[in-house]
Amino acid sequence: MYVAVKGGERAIDNAHAWLAEERRGDTSIAELSVEQIREQLGLAINRVMAEGSLYDPDLAALAIKQSRGDLIEAIFLIRAYRTTLPRIGHSHPIDTGKMACDRRISATFKDVPGGQVLGPTFDYTHRLLDFKLAAEGELPEAPIRETEAQDMPRVTDYLNREGMIQTEERTEGTPPDLTRQPMEYPANRPLRLQALTRGDEGFVLSMAYSTQRGYARNHPFVGELRIGKVAVEMDISALGFSIDIGEMTVTECETVNQFTGSKSEPPQFTRGYGLVFGQTERKAISMALVDRALRWKELGEDNVGAPAQDEEFVLAHSDNIQATGFLEHIKLPHYVDFQSELELVRKLRAEVMAASQKEAAE
Amino acid sequence: MSDYNFAYLDEQTKRMIRRAILKGIAIPGYQVPFASREMPMPYGWGTGGVQVSAACLTPDDSFKVIDQGADDTTNAVSIRKFFEHTAGVATTEHTVDATVIQTRHRIPEEPLTEDQILVYQVPIPEPLRFLEPRETETRKMHALEEYGLMHVKLYEDIARHGNIATAYAYPVKVEDRYVMDPSPIPKFDNPKLEMAAIQLFGAGREQRIYAIPPYTKVVSLDFEDHPFDPSKADHPCDLCGAEHTYLDEVIIDDEGGRMFVCSDTDYCSKRQADGHRGRLSPIEEAAE
Repeated sequence: MYVAVKGGERAIDNAHAWLAEERRGDTSIAELSVEQIREQLGLAINRVMAEGSLYDPDLAALAIKQSRGDLIEAIFLIRAYRTTLPRIGHSHPIDTGKMACDRRISATFKDVPGGQVLGPTFDYTHRLLDFKLAAEGELPEAPIRETEAQDMPRVTDYLNREGMIQTEERTEGTPPDLTRQPMEYPANRPLRLQALTRGDEGFVLSMAYSTQRGYARNHPFVGELRIGKVAVEMDISALGFSIDIGEMTVTECETVNQFTGSKSEPPQFTRGYGLVFGQTERKAISMALVDRALRWKELGEDNVGAPAQDEEFVLAHSDNIQATGFLEHIKLPHYVDFQSELELVRKLRAEVMAASQKEAAE
Repeated sequence: MSDYNFAYLDEQTKRMIRRAILKGIAIPGYQVPFASREMPMPYGWGTGGVQVSAACLTPDDSFKVIDQGADDTTNAVSIRKFFEHTAGVATTEHTVDATVIQTRHRIPEEPLTEDQILVYQVPIPEPLRFLEPRETETRKMHALEEYGLMHVKLYEDIARHGNIATAYAYPVKVEDRYVMDPSPIPKFDNPKLEMAAIQLFGAGREQRIYAIPPYTKVVSLDFEDHPFDPSKADHPCDLCGAEHTYLDEVIIDDEGGRMFVCSDTDYCSKRQADGHRGRLSPIEEAAE
C-alpha cells in the first residue's frame, strides 16, 4: 500500500549530520584550522572575498572550511552574512595611485618610472608538480632587498599627457549601489563595474576571452597591472575629520585599447578598467576587457551583436550565486507541473492517434 | 529565537519590501522592482517568497508552507523551519488555521478568506520572458500594453498542436490591464486566482514583487473558439475520493500500476478524517 512520503524534516537533519561528517573527513588526519586556510590558500580567500563582496580574510577562510572547498558555496555563505550587516557609512574612494605595490607591470612600455615589479606571480613558473611539497619540508627564504618607497605613477597618465588616450571624466555624484537597489537596464558604468567585480571569475574570464577571439574584438594591451595594499579612509562624523580605518589588498588593471576614432573623436587609445579585492589578476584583467567591450555605445562603436557587448546579457548572468541557485533549484520537486504536462501530452497524443486512425479507416 | 531580527530581515529592509508590496497591490499585476537581498537559502529556492513572508509576518501570525501542495516536501519543511527559528511564529499545516501561507506551484483547494495572505514563490516573473528575453523590451511591451506577441504564441500552439500547449504558469490578464505570470501553478488552479485573500508574488533572484488584491478580475488568456480549459487528471482521488481536486500521479509498481492522490495533502487528510474514502484508502483497510 502506498504511503505518502513523510519525514522530510528528519531526512534533512540526518543529511546535514552526514554532510558535517563528510566535511571533516578522516578524523585520524589533523583538522585544518581557519588560520591555515587563510595563510596557505590565499588565492581561494581572495576569490571568495571578491565575489562575496566582503573584505574579511578570516570569514572567507571560515566559509571555505565550512563549504568543503566549494568556493561558490563559500561565496554564498559570505554574501548571506554580508547582507545582514548594517551600513555604518561609506569610505572615501581608495587611491590606488598611492598603492604600496607588491607587483606592478606594464606590457606597453619596456620600463616605466617606479620599475617593473614582478612580485609573487605564477607567470614564469614551469607547471611541473613539485613533489617536494608533498613531503613536509622547510621553505628556503626568499631574498629581500631594501628599497626606498617610491612613487608608482600610472602608466596611462603618460599617454594621457599627450592626449593619446581618452580621458576618464570625473563625476562627483554618489554611484548607485548594486546591493541596495534593483538592477535596471540600461545600467551605467559604475553599476556595470560593480557587477563585474563581484561576477563569477569563470564567466567574466570567458566573456573577456570571447572578445579576444573576435566577438567584439577590442585589442587590449595591459597598460598596467598593479597589486598591493591601499589605505581605506572614512569620515567619522563624531570626530569631524577622516581617519584610516584599515588597509586592503586590491588588484587594479587598466587596459589600453586600440581605437581608430569616430565622427566625433580623433584617433586615440581607449581604456578598460578592472579593480578586484585581493590578488586576483586573472579576474581584474578579464574585468577590464569586458568593461571595455561594454563601452561600445559611449565610444561611438558599432554593436556587432557580440555577447560581451550586450550589457543585459552580461550583467544578468554574471552573478554565480544567482546562477547556481536557479540552476540547482531544478532539483526541487516539480511533480505538480510535470503532472500537468503529462496530462497535456496525453491529450495531444490521443487527438493525433484518433485523427490518424480515422484517416486509416477512411 | 536567534540573534537575528524578527523574521530575519532588518526593519529597513522590511519597510522597503512593504513599500514594494503596497505598490504592487495598488497596480494589480504590475511587476515592482525591489532590492532583493541575499537570503541564507539559494536563489531559485523561494527567496522572493521568503522575503515577502518576512515582511508580512507579525508575532501573532500562524504560518503554513506548502510545496507542490504538500506541507512535508523538503523545501517546505526547510522554509517553515527557517521562520520557526527566526520569527518564532506559530506554524500550522491546516489551511484554515493559517494567516500567511507561502506556496510553491499550488493554490490550496480550500477557498481562502479575507483574513489570509497567500505568498507565491516565483522563478521567472516575466510572462513575456520566453518570447522576448530582454528586460528592456518586455518592460516597454507592458507599458504600451503590447501583448500581441503572447496571443500569436498561443495561436501558433493551436495551429501546431490543436491546443494551447501551456499546462502550468498559464498567463493571465489582471484587471483588464497587465498580463501576468501566476507562477508555475498548474492551469487547473488559474480560476482560483480570483479570491478573497491577498495574493503576493515574490521573485528574489529577478528582484520583482507583484500582487493581486482581493476580488480582482483575473482572466486566463484564450480565444473565443478555444476557451481556457483548467484540466486535471480524469480520476477521483484514490485516498479521499474527491473528484474536484488537483491530483498527483504516483507510480506504485514496475508494471504500470499507478494511483491518483490529491496534491493538497492537508485537504485530502481533512476529507479522509470526515469519512470520505477513495479506491485505495489505507484507513478502510485498517478498519477491516
